Order: sequence, then C-alpha cells, then structure tokens
Amino acid sequence: MAALGIATGGRNWFSALALGVTLLKCLLIPTYHSTDFEVHRNWLAITHSLPVSQWYYEATSEWTLDYPPFFAWFEYALSHIAKYFDQEMLNVHNLNYSSSRTLLFQRFSVILTDELFVYAVHECCKCIDGKKAGKELTEKPKFILSVLLLWNFGLLIVDHIHFQYNGFLFGLMLLSIARLFQKRYTEGAFLFAVLLHFKHIYLYVAPAYGIYLLRSYCFTANKPDGSVRWNSFSFVRLISLGLIVFLVSALSLGPFLALNQLPQVLSRLFPFKRGLCHAYWAPNFWALYNALDKVLSVIGLELKLLDPNKIPKASMTSGLVQQFQHTVLPSVTPMATLICTLMAILPSVFCLWFKPQGPRGFLRCLILCALSSFLFGWHVHEKAILLAVLPMSLLSVGKAGDASIFLILTTTGHYSLFPLLFTAPELPIKILLMLLFTIYSISSLKTLFRKEKPLFNWMETFYLLGLGPLEVFCEFVFPFTSWKLKYPFSPLLLTSVYCAVGITYAWFKLYVSVLTDPPVRKTKKQ
Amino acid sequence: MFGDYEAQRHWQEITFNLPVKQWYFNSSDNNLQYWGLDYPPLTAYHSLLCAYVAKFINPDWIALHSSRGYESQAHKLFMRTTVLIADLLIYIPAVVLYCCCLKEISTKKKIAHALCILLYPGLILIDYGHFQYNSVSLGFALWGVLGVSYDWDLLGSLAFCLAINYKQMELYHSLPFFCFLLGKCFKKGLKGKGFVLLIKLACTVVASFILCWLPFFTEREQTQQVLRRLFPVDRGLFEDKVANIWCSFSIFLKIKDILPHHIQIIISFCFTFLSLLPACIKLTLQPSPKGFRFTLVSCALSFFLFSYQVHEKSILLVSLPVCLVLSEIPFMSTWFLLVSTFSMLPLLLKDELLMPSVVTTMAFFIACAISFSIFEKTSEEELQLKSFSISVRKYLPCFTFFPRIIQYLFLISVITMVLLTLTTITLEPPQKLPDLFSVLICFVSCLNFLFFLVYFNIIIMWDSKNGRNQKKIN
Repeated sequence: MAALGIATGGRNWFSALALGVTLLKCLLIPTYHSTDFEVHRNWLAITHSLPVSQWYYEATSEWTLDYPPFFAWFEYALSHIAKYFDQEMLNVHNLNYSSSRTLLFQRFSVILTDELFVYAVHECCKCIDGKKAGKELTEKPKFILSVLLLWNFGLLIVDHIHFQYNGFLFGLMLLSIARLFQKRYTEGAFLFAVLLHFKHIYLYVAPAYGIYLLRSYCFTANKPDGSVRWNSFSFVRLISLGLIVFLVSALSLGPFLALNQLPQVLSRLFPFKRGLCHAYWAPNFWALYNALDKVLSVIGLELKLLDPNKIPKASMTSGLVQQFQHTVLPSVTPMATLICTLMAILPSVFCLWFKPQGPRGFLRCLILCALSSFLFGWHVHEKAILLAVLPMSLLSVGKAGDASIFLILTTTGHYSLFPLLFTAPELPIKILLMLLFTIYSISSLKTLFRKEKPLFNWMETFYLLGLGPLEVFCEFVFPFTSWKLKYPFSPLLLTSVYCAVGITYAWFKLYVSVLTDPPVRKTKKQ
Repeated sequence: MFGDYEAQRHWQEITFNLPVKQWYFNSSDNNLQYWGLDYPPLTAYHSLLCAYVAKFINPDWIALHSSRGYESQAHKLFMRTTVLIADLLIYIPAVVLYCCCLKEISTKKKIAHALCILLYPGLILIDYGHFQYNSVSLGFALWGVLGVSYDWDLLGSLAFCLAINYKQMELYHSLPFFCFLLGKCFKKGLKGKGFVLLIKLACTVVASFILCWLPFFTEREQTQQVLRRLFPVDRGLFEDKVANIWCSFSIFLKIKDILPHHIQIIISFCFTFLSLLPACIKLTLQPSPKGFRFTLVSCALSFFLFSYQVHEKSILLVSLPVCLVLSEIPFMSTWFLLVSTFSMLPLLLKDELLMPSVVTTMAFFIACAISFSIFEKTSEEELQLKSFSISVRKYLPCFTFFPRIIQYLFLISVITMVLLTLTTITLEPPQKLPDLFSVLICFVSCLNFLFFLVYFNIIIMWDSKNGRNQKKIN
C-alpha cells in the first residue's frame, strides 16, 4: 500500500500529466476524423500489400504516398500490427474503409507513438533552468513547460481529432533540440536527419540546423569578441556530420535510387501543381496579399477602374486547390515565394552565424525559419504553425519578452486551426479545450513573470480579446444571416486574415528581439 | 439512440404542443405508453423551457407526432448543450461553493476536492452519456445541504423542495433533512424560537409545493393522475438488474413471484425504515452538519438497498453525499464511488460507453489518489473508526488490525471489479444463463454496498463520544 502511495504521490507530477493527457486522448477516439484518416489507411494498405517498387507509383486512391521513405517504412511496420485488428483495412481497393476496429487501431497507434513526444518533453524539461522557480510546483518553469507541450491544444486537435502523426515527429524534433542543448551534437544531427526523412516539411528549419552545426560545432572555438576563429575549423567534425546525413539519406533513398525511381519519389514529395494557398488560406502573408487583392478588385469594380469581363471567373475563395491568378496585384509564382522565404530567413541565419548565442540562439533562429517559411511559403497548410509554436514553448518559460510573443503566436495560431474542425459535435470540444489552454498559458506565464513588466500592451490585449467576438460571429451569428448564401467563405476569410495579422506581428516582434539582442559577453560559456 | 434521450425530446414535444391539463393524461395526442411523463412538474417546466429554445432553432425537433425518433447532429448538440447549461447553472456552482465553504483545509485541498467531485464518473456518464438531467436535482439538493448546514434553513429547504419537485427520487434524502431541521428546532427550544422556525419551515415547504404544483391542484383528478405517474406501485419490487438486496436475494429465492404486491411493499417499507431509523433518531437528537452529511449517505443507501422499484441510476443519490465527505474519509469515499460506477456497468455497456467509463474512472481514481494521498490515510483515526475500535477492544483486546482488514478488502473488491469488467467485455455468457454477468455485477456491488451501509452507520453511531476530537481532525 505504501509503495502504491508513493507512486501516486505528488512527486511524480510528470507521469500524472502524461497519463492525464493520454486519458483525454482516449476520450477523443470517437470524434470526427478528416480525410487524413483515409490517407493513412491507404498508406497502410499500399505498404503492406504492394512491393517497395510500387509504393510511389500506386494511384488507385487519390491519396498517394507523398511522405519520404522512412514514413512509408513506419506505415509498413504498423501494418503488421494492423493485420491483427482488421485484415480488410489493408486491402488497397477498400477505399474509405473505416470499421470500428480500424478506427481503434489507427487512433491507438497515434496515442502510443506519442510516447516518443512525452520522452522528448521530459528531456526538454531537463534543459531549462529553474533558477526563477518558486517553491510551488505549479510555478516551476519545468511544470509550466510540460503542460504547455504535453497538453498543447493544437497538437491535440490536429493529431487526435483531425488525425495525423505529428506527435512522434515533433518528439523527434524536440529531442534533437534537447540533444543540441545538451551539447550532444552528433545525436542531434542524426535525429534531425532521420526526421527529415520522415516528413520533409521540416526542411523549413534545416537552414537553422545547418548553420548552427557549422558555426558552433565545426568551429570549435571563438575569438574573445564572439566572432569566428577560422583556424579552429575541425574537418573531422564536418566529415562526421556529413557522414551521418549521407548514411541516413542512403538508408532512406537508397532503395529507390537503385530502382531508378528517384524522380518519381521527388515529384510525389514536392507537388507544385497545387495553388498558392490551400482551400482554407493558411494565415500567412499571402492570405493578407489575397485579401488586399480582393479588396482592391472590389474597389476597382465599384469605381469602374476595372473591366468586369477581364476578371477570371473562379475566385480564390471558391475552395478548390488549383492555380489562380490575382486580379489587381501581380500574380505569385513558386519561385517568388521561394525568394521571399529566403530573404526572410537570411537575417536570422546571419545572426546565428555572426552572433552565436549557443543553443538559445539556435532555437530562436529555428523558430524564425519556421515562421518565415510559414509566412512566405508555397501552399502552406495552417497546421504548419505548430512547427513554430512547439519550439517557442521552450523559450517562453525563459524570458518575459519571449513569453509575450509566444502567447500571441500560440493563441492566434491555435485559433486559426478552428476551421479544421467544422462539425457540430466538435464545437464544444474545441472551444472548451482552447479556452482551457489559453487561460492556463496566459495565467501561468503571467504568474511566472509577475515581477517584470506586464506581458501585453493594450493593443495586444485588444487583439487577443477580439478573437472571442470573431468566433461568436463566425460560428453562431453568421449561419443565421443572409450572407451565408452569398459569401459562404467569409468566415474562413475573416479568420485567416485576422490570424495572419497576429502571426505576422509575432514574427516581426521576434525578429526585432533577435536582431537587437546584445552580443554575447566574454564570460559566457559556449 | 432510443431511450432517455428520446424520452426527453418527447417531453419537450408534449409540453410545448399540449395544454398543461393534458401533460400527464393518456390521450390520442399523448400516448403515455410511449415515454410518458413520469417526473414531477418541475421537469415538465424545464422541458417546456428547452422546447422554446428548440422552436427558435428548428421547429422540426418538437413537431407533434412527426418528430418521433428524430436524430441529427445539430439536435444532439442542442440536447447535450441543455444538459451542459443546466450543469453550469445549478450543479457546478453548488459544488464550487460547497468546497469554498469547507473549514480548516487549505485552498489547494479545496480545489482538489472540487475537482474530484466534478470528475465523479457516475454523474458524467449518466448525464452526458446515457442522457439525463440528474445534475439539476442533485444540484438543488446540494444547494439545500449548503443552506441547511450554514443556518440558512429557509433557503435550504426551499432548494430541497425544488429538488424533490424535479425528481421524486430525491425523497431518499428527505428524511435526513427533516430530522436535521427538526433537531435544530428542538435545540432552539420548542416553546420559543424553535417553534417559530418550525412554522416558518412548514410554510416554506407548503408554499414551494403549491407553487410547483399550482396548475395541477385545480382538480383532484389531476393531482391523483400525477401521483399515479410518479409512484407506479404496480410495477413490482424491482425492474431489470439493480444492485440492491431484493434483486440479489432473488438469485436464491424468487420473492417477486411468491409474494403478492402489497406484501412486497410492506416488507420493503419495514426493512428500509428499520435500517435507517438509528441514524435518523441520532440526527434528530444531536443535529450537526457532519452528522447530517453522514446520515444523508446512510439514509440514501438504505433506501437504495431496500426500497421499492429502485433503478440502478439511483445510486447517484448516494454518491452525491459521499462526494461531500470525500475530504473527511478520502479512502472509503473513493472506494465507494468506484463501486458505484462499477454497479452501473451493464447500463453503460448497453449505451456503448465502455471507453469513456474506463477512462473517466481511471482519471477519477488518479485524481483522488494524488489529491488526497488516499493510500496513506488508512489508519484507524483517519477512517473515523477510532471510537468504534476502542469499544471493540474492550471485548477483544487484540483487535488492532482494522486498517489491514480494510486494505485487504479494498484489494479484493478492486480485483473482483476489474475481473468482472474484463469477463463481461471479452466473454459471452453461457446460453442457459444469459444474464449471468449482469447478475454477478449486481451481486458483488450489493455486497460492497452492504459493507458500506454497516461502515457508515458505525461512524454515525460512534461519533458523539469523540465529538470535539473529530472537529480538530476535520
């Protein structure tokens, strides 16, 4: 009895948090799932029933395999457990098959692979210092960080309702960040290389890794003023990093190279035929650009400056995933977005090179890379905001300024995920969970930094409070108005544009804080 | 989902479309065989209120006759929201206020207590899974307990009358209220203030009943018909499988078939009142808030075990008072609440609520175990059995192993519950005994409940000797 008492005692709060959120995930099993559910079932079927040479050619279903090979092998491994649940789900021709056992298996696979995420969070908690900690458990930075990561609203609804496997992927990323904090550079590089071959969206943050490893690992020492000491370059380290990347890539792409399928694989991984924006515009710069274009075209039509016949019939808000042209402002090509993204990440990468501030600087650069790619990328999904939100949590418990940026980014980012869950039964769930997370994050960070200046100025408070009326309007008022028939996509447009403002503001503020940070002093250890 | 969900929807249809006089009567528009109204008038008024909201959103939901069996996503969301709103307005504030007013415990423990009460799986599963409005009647009862414990007797009794007028099962709690208030009147002296209080209480009760039943007092026939719907004496000692004495006894001897109805009623009446009489008399003679809470538990439990036509959901009426004493005897309360959820397992499985019940039970257990450190609080003093064991030791000097016995019993109980749950899920019952698992669950739960009945009665009866010491512990 006593042993059981200690195990359930207050000392093991981390396990309690992890177990609590796992129980919540079990409760979310019967909720709505999107087409991503069928996508993963299809991939289970493809990898189980077909030989490797067919994996990237199979097109019976519209949801073709478009993740790198490691993910395909992951699905292959899962499929061997799936066959004990329901053999029928592994049939490639069983499109949209979703028996209760299939659902149970898929949902449990997400819940169980999340254990890697839990482990990564545990490792990250070791990396932050608790010097500012109060005596209360709930005021310790480690506790707050654990809650912000384990109970992250965005991850919960994207993984456990909408259905995806982001949990263990973010686990890999956070683990590699933790290893870099712990100065285990080769492990960090290895984990990131593996991650890239699981889901190539993490290419967004590859520049940060590359520059950081080059600058702080390959160059083993710095001059007293912080700049690079060129003669301390270590070829051995560079080669070891290169070897790691090469071996991982060889393991992943090797079989397909041998089968001469590399172009096909790459074309599946990078489908550029899709439009600038997804059906629901991710709240990035192009959403603002599109909105501006629309506003200008409406004004232009009103003032008779534009000829109605020259405007293309299909509008950007019609919800299809095709290429469109802007009416007033110049059209955007993939190359333009690439250039914009590169220009946006360049200052942060330069900062990382010229003013290295150790792992924290790397983390800032990573977040800026992720955010810049989100803001300026081609065909960005709104779910990609999680790439910036989760690493930002690590910074938020360190400084008050970072906490303020984190809260703005997270609240708007999470709100922008609302349109993913558009069904009636999920409405109370998403509103309640969002409220819980937002209220907790704001109050806990405010308590942690109560001795410093307030986290928000009046403008930011106003903006964040405005999310409430926006939600009420979009979900409760709008469906009963007459605009529903004429402009059915206005709530999505409004959400997109409103959140884009917040996210751009957070990006800008973070950039300013990175660029104006004082350079590292002599005494600071690298 | 036909069942209580359709019943509630049907009541909205009936109360909105028909005049008050026809609500409880059988007519061509109101077929009492199809989920006829069998709760007191306050439920009907509540359904009417919901019906007005439903009409604003979508009149199809409550159209007379044509909306039978109506099921859609939006309607489900609406119905579930009505339960949530009732919860937020009545039950949750009562729980929060109750925990805030607890004396001599830290703020952290108060919050933990509130959280554990709100996490109680039984109420969540029945109200939101099976679909009922128990939170309204239990919430009103809790307001009643609050009022009466802190000397706002009139408001407390008004709240409790509202509870009874919402669901007649709240009568299980009525005796402790009556005895406690009577005891208070006696204490204040029946010749002076006590008499005044008694008169005031009587007037409050009568006034609230008249207010609720006003439309039905116009004709004698109306009142009689409502009473007939509320108390169906023709239905027999018990229905389906329930974890009380009569159902368990009928495994060995089918008393339902042997004895005529009126004998059954008399027997259940006698057993119920004999089992709760000691606690009630003690409460009348020595009224105290603590005694009141424990008497609520034992009274409701006696009713549950021995009364007539008990449904398995009535265990919630016992669980609410046990939730209130969670901070005083955390170990036993948590054990009881787990058994109470387990006793409803057949019902929950029928509603396909296996995963939610397992998850919420685990969450509740972990929350209680962490908040109250229940496994460290199994000493005699903490189980409030000190005075009892001192008395026992007068006759059996070596009887010092009470905590050990209780710990072993707990383990056995939990293991049995887990095993029964697993067998019910995985195995098929043998053909000759199709109800084997339900009956086993009821029987095991009944044994547990009998143990708790004895335990709570012991606490009540042996409480007075250490009156002052107990207060310090609390």
